[in-house]
Amino acid sequence: MAQTVAQPTATTPVVPATLPLKAIAPWAVFFGILMLVLLYFVGAEQGATSVLNGTDVHEWVHDGRHLLGFPCH
Amino acid sequence: MNSATVRNLLVRGMLAGLAAGVLALVVAYLLGEPNVDKAISFEEAHSHEHEMEVVSRSLQSTAGLATGVLVYGVAFGGIAALAYCFALGRVGRFSPRATALLLSGCALLAVYVVPFLKYPANPPSVGNADTIGKRTTLYFLMMLLSVLLAVAATLLGKRLAPGLGTWWATVVAVAAFAVVIGLAYEFLPAVNEVPKDFPATLLWRFRLSALAIQAVLWTGFGLLFGELAERLLNPKPAAATSGRTVPASH
Repeated sequence: MAQTVAQPTATTPVVPATLPLKAIAPWAVFFGILMLVLLYFVGAEQGATSVLNGTDVHEWVHDGRHLLGFPCH
Repeated sequence: MNSATVRNLLVRGMLAGLAAGVLALVVAYLLGEPNVDKAISFEEAHSHEHEMEVVSRSLQSTAGLATGVLVYGVAFGGIAALAYCFALGRVGRFSPRATALLLSGCALLAVYVVPFLKYPANPPSVGNADTIGKRTTLYFLMMLLSVLLAVAATLLGKRLAPGLGTWWATVVAVAAFAVVIGLAYEFLPAVNEVPKDFPATLLWRFRLSALAIQAVLWTGFGLLFGELAERLLNPKPAAATSGRTVPASH
């Protein structure tokens, strides 16, 4: 019973196939930059530098900025 | 086909990041907010000028906090999913699920813990407003350096593995990472702007709660994204059957 169940495929971890770099690159560039822009607005906008005028963004994400470890003010 | 896999992993990464963000938000609200409030009370008791409130405290500590933590979760979920596409099948004999948890653990260390040990999170009233530019630059520099060095250490370990074996290649790569990070800690300028009389226990608790938020975020992300990736890449119900037959064979 045990021998019939313990197939090599069941015990050997399946190493997943790699994804070609050419397939990843366009997604990585476009969405990588988009995600970094999001992080910039949460972490640094209207603190060290400002793209938008005023302090609304800073004040709105104020608590998140402190608790996520970004320098706030 | 492969491009579709990348897209599917990216979408799942952002969704897992959002869900992990919700878990982290609960921790941030329950453990973090009381410390933020105490720090603001300290600030108000010690400053003479009163700032006009642009956003009320009740909004900052709820909707504002949620915006920050959830956007952070989605953004890092997306970035981690893209890194996962590179790592999958390239870092060793790990299943999709194990690769996800390994990547999350490394991300917690490289993105947060390593920068945090040099430039820890600070509550309101800690930090001089005049040095915000310098502190932000240093923090992002430390984060970038840590992530790039973690990638370099991974590549180094991969290169050494055929000669040294996986175990010693990993030990050497981690040691190289630790030495270079130690040099960066030594030579980058220190920041210490804790006001006189600021309660040490409050600072400690605030920083612990900040660390707890990240630990929950990245652990939650690793488990959720790992599950989604495993189901996407290994759609057969192998997990359920092999999980029961393997112990039976011993």
